[in-house]
Amino acid sequence: MTVADPEADVTADPKPGSGISSGGASGLATLRTGLRLTPEFHQGIGVTLLLAFLATIGRIVVPVAVQQTLDRGLNSVGGPDIGYIRTAVLICAAAVIMTAIAAYRMNVRLYRTSESGLAALRVRAFRHVHDLSMLTQSAERRGGLVSRVTSDVDQISQFMQYGGLMILIAGGQLVVASVLMLIYSWPLALLVWAVFVPLALALRFFQRWLSQAYGAARERVGDMLSAVGESVVGASVIRAYGAEERTARRIDESVDTYRDAQTRAQRLVAMTFPSTELAAAIATAGVVIAGTALGIGGHLTAGRLVAFLFLVTLFVSPLQVATEVLNDAQNAIAGWRRVLGVLGTEPDVADPGDEGRELPRGAIEVRFENVSFAYPGGPTVLHDVSARIAPRSRVAVVGETGSGKTTFAKLLTRLMDPASGQVLIDGVSLTDIRFSSLRERIVMVPQDGYLFDATLADNVRYGRPGATDEDIVLALTELGLADWLEGLPEGPLTQVGQRGESLSAGERQLVALARAYLADPDLLVLDEATSAVDPATEVRLQRALEGITRGRTAISIAHRLSTAEAADEVIVFDRGHIVQRGPHTDLVDQPGRYAELYASWAAQLRA
Amino acid sequence: MAQKVTSDILRNGMRVLGVAVRAEPRLFTLSVVASALYAAMTVASAWVLGRVTQDVVLPAFDHGHTTTGSLVVGALVIVGVAALKALGVAGRRLYAGMMQYNMQATYRRAVTRQYLRLPLAWHHRHPTGQLLSNANADVEAAWAPIAPLPMATGVVLMLLIAAVEILFTDVMVAIVGFLVFPAIAGLNVIYQRRLAPIAARAQQLRAEVSEVAHESFDGALVVKTLGREAAETERFAEVAGELRDANVAVGRVRGLFDPVLEALPNLGVLAVLLVGSIRLRAGAMSAGDLVHVAYLFTLLAFPIRALGWVLAEVPRSVVGWDRVRGVLDATGELPYGDESLSGEGPARLEVRGVRFGYTDGDVLHDVAFTAAPGHTMALVGPTGSGKSSLTNILVRLVDPASGVVLLDGVDVRDVEHGGLARTTAVVPQQTYLFDDTVRGNVTLGLDVPDEDVWEALRLAQADGFVSALDEGLGTRVGERGATLSGGQRQRLALARALVRRPRLLILDDATSSVDPQVEARILSGLRDSEATVVVVAYRKATIELADEVIYLERGRVAGQGPHAELLGSSKGYRELVTAYERDEDDQSEGVPA
Repeated sequence: MTVADPEADVTADPKPGSGISSGGASGLATLRTGLRLTPEFHQGIGVTLLLAFLATIGRIVVPVAVQQTLDRGLNSVGGPDIGYIRTAVLICAAAVIMTAIAAYRMNVRLYRTSESGLAALRVRAFRHVHDLSMLTQSAERRGGLVSRVTSDVDQISQFMQYGGLMILIAGGQLVVASVLMLIYSWPLALLVWAVFVPLALALRFFQRWLSQAYGAARERVGDMLSAVGESVVGASVIRAYGAEERTARRIDESVDTYRDAQTRAQRLVAMTFPSTELAAAIATAGVVIAGTALGIGGHLTAGRLVAFLFLVTLFVSPLQVATEVLNDAQNAIAGWRRVLGVLGTEPDVADPGDEGRELPRGAIEVRFENVSFAYPGGPTVLHDVSARIAPRSRVAVVGETGSGKTTFAKLLTRLMDPASGQVLIDGVSLTDIRFSSLRERIVMVPQDGYLFDATLADNVRYGRPGATDEDIVLALTELGLADWLEGLPEGPLTQVGQRGESLSAGERQLVALARAYLADPDLLVLDEATSAVDPATEVRLQRALEGITRGRTAISIAHRLSTAEAADEVIVFDRGHIVQRGPHTDLVDQPGRYAELYASWAAQLRA
Repeated sequence: MAQKVTSDILRNGMRVLGVAVRAEPRLFTLSVVASALYAAMTVASAWVLGRVTQDVVLPAFDHGHTTTGSLVVGALVIVGVAALKALGVAGRRLYAGMMQYNMQATYRRAVTRQYLRLPLAWHHRHPTGQLLSNANADVEAAWAPIAPLPMATGVVLMLLIAAVEILFTDVMVAIVGFLVFPAIAGLNVIYQRRLAPIAARAQQLRAEVSEVAHESFDGALVVKTLGREAAETERFAEVAGELRDANVAVGRVRGLFDPVLEALPNLGVLAVLLVGSIRLRAGAMSAGDLVHVAYLFTLLAFPIRALGWVLAEVPRSVVGWDRVRGVLDATGELPYGDESLSGEGPARLEVRGVRFGYTDGDVLHDVAFTAAPGHTMALVGPTGSGKSSLTNILVRLVDPASGVVLLDGVDVRDVEHGGLARTTAVVPQQTYLFDDTVRGNVTLGLDVPDEDVWEALRLAQADGFVSALDEGLGTRVGERGATLSGGQRQRLALARALVRRPRLLILDDATSSVDPQVEARILSGLRDSEATVVVVAYRKATIELADEVIYLERGRVAGQGPHAELLGSSKGYRELVTAYERDEDDQSEGVPA
């Protein structure tokens, strides 16, 4: 697909402001927006949270059981009270099993809602990419767009199903453990808090480092993917020019840079993660010393002290998990940001939707009123162009590369909107026409007719879903392509390969043309649509099109001037202005741009 | 049957890990040693806590006093053990991470090397999306189990130490342990068996979602111009929905097993409390022992999950590895010979009996012709007659099914690696630019001074627009040259060929997006070049520059000779090249002058 404007001859390098925003919102704000835009996530969230609470409660069963066993069972008068211990253990076992069931139910709910939400989000983002204007799309790397509906969403899912939940559970666990600790002994609870609060603060600090390191690694991924992609997409150039080593070097460089960035991040993780172990040990040691002192004073039973030691492990695991989860969270936030970046980018060429107008079918009249256009950050390429194209006329648009003729076609088909002025179809501004109606009535065939990896017939059918194979063969025959079709190994059922690469460029153009013809538009715009086709076939096509487009409006952009000769009228562009208009026979005899273009064309022909 | 498949998956998974261990023995050893330290210290910390409870805490509670010394020693030992454990954790993470990243990097390189080595025919048989995911997602999946692997090794060790230790503490309690630990291990295995097929399906669907998105975004302009956004979204929603269902199915299995795996050690602790109290009353163990074993179970509950993590990654890993291997094992390399092309000046090109076909039929039949040194040959034929296939064969992007191509009398298949690229240059119909600077795209790593680059750009009529770019030769052109127009890209591709001063230059309709006037200037510049030229062309002006014309029709040479001669002898040729004029004549007859 031609992503850049084939006419912006001196394009300023990047196109500022035309790409997808990456969204500079803070992590939390990003998450909030993300959750708001995915209502599926909070369906039945109340029950899920309740189950999560139950699943948390279950975690303090063990310390309580230990305390009860030590204090009430073992220390009871006359030796251990096995009956009591058995009852306590059985109750606790029931609680553990309940906890597991609650966790299971919660997991299933969570997976169902989160996956539904993410699938919906994926689809919404996908649709939105297609709704973005051609310029916005082309400012993005193709791989980048794909990852916004694939791996970025996957990252969110990992967080929603594991990390997000862990944060909830871990938080709950901290609260419940703290409450229990306060009940057992408030001075020891304070001691444990005194150790863990600074740790939690430190972890927040580490987290910032980590997210920087991870951010750096993520940035390298893009470079690496595009370098790796070259070895596949550019395979034939690499082969033809013996550029294997150079390509390999570029790949190595990006692969190594990425690996180094990953390793740097990992080193930070390795340094920060074990700090929780140390903190836990310090807390444990502190509890032993202080608890023993308290016990001697008669303020604490041995069972409670031991239960405290168990509670400390309950305290550590959320923090241990938190360091992991915060990484997930960072990834998820980055993922959200990129997905929301798509959803948040307003299509600058927007469908008026239901408010828009539906136009009745019939030959189309086109009017340009003082239309100017400049690519973002580039010079003006169309200057104040006004023109009327009568219904049912066949118009050829000619001019040198960079004269503005393709821009004219793109504005006419509303792939872009003018910077000033307006384009009217049957007296209605293009911006007021519903896309469904617009795309049905106006079809453009671009120079590089992209084909999907399917049969030739399927590709033609893309123009009119529901067309039968017979319709398709008929359409190709009407275009004078029956011979060519017969020459193909499997006729209409020939597989065209990825991007249609099993066919030659000229053949791809034939398919693209048939596709547009089958769509049966009222205005057909051909943008160099037959530039790679051989002259005999092109002439045949031209004649076929003349017959077919009778009764409709047809606009062809061409540098082969045979097209201009066949048209009712020629519009000549030069440096963004329309400099001449009229039938070929008139223009060719007038001194001017057209006569010059024609002379050089004729010279080629008769050489 | 399913059981057989999954046990194969486990075995294959171990084999994949074996590859990694052999590739990075040092890092693996370091990470396992660190894990072992971690494992030993985890068990030790429970033991220490039990001892402190038994020897310091309980006596203090019983007697109402204790010594500061024993308290401090107890505290120091607790912290000391934890410090060693922390060291183990840090080492394990660092080395396991490094090992994983190294493996990823190594195999990314290996896979892409293979892409660079395998012939184009192979490339054509494999979808781009698939090749990209082989080098990325599949490599990642293959080595995903490495990160938790040392941890899992450590856990196995931990369980062994723990088992022995409990056995020494009390036999009855040990029996409880021996019931719980194997139950956890067994459950893990069942878990993986259930999960493997579903996880593999989810992985497959993930690739499909990506493929659909890739193709759809690639064809965005067509989607837009035909207003098919809704239909495309539906197509995408379908695979996305399948992926959702597969992920939910994975979630059901995970959601069931995870809580059970978490509950088991807890139930173990409760069983220890009950059995332990009975043993304690019988005088077989102390309260400290009871605390110690219960605590050990609590400590093990978390790391034991690491076993599950490794096993959870295994099916994906095996699938990923199989795909990576598929690339690495691919054969069909285009072998090079050892002849060098040492000649100077224009090369002599000879094509004899060349036949070529794709899977569904021959494209070229018995094509033969000779281009004398310095001659320009025009390759003419209708759309789809096999011209591009022939040019690919001339520069050996593909080999013919039969027949030979000789360059200065040397079969191109016998030419040494790089020899052809130094002698010939092809400008394809479809240009491909790298995401690099203008200079990088023209030189492609060739060491030439900027003057030569400018000279080539001038010949290709590209010097004008390049010098108008902000950074001239240093301007980056974007992914696939996205910041340039079609004609500009073609001219850069042409300069790329010319800067090499090839002895055989092949132009495959290489100026189709260039204005006729510009094209005329390019072609007249080429006349002076020191090369034999084969040019695929339609325009009469171009054809007339050629010394001789090869006219192809449906893959056969239907005519050969100078243009003027062919016009007379071949009807097909005449109709093709004079199509415009005849069209014009027809029209002028209809229109009164």
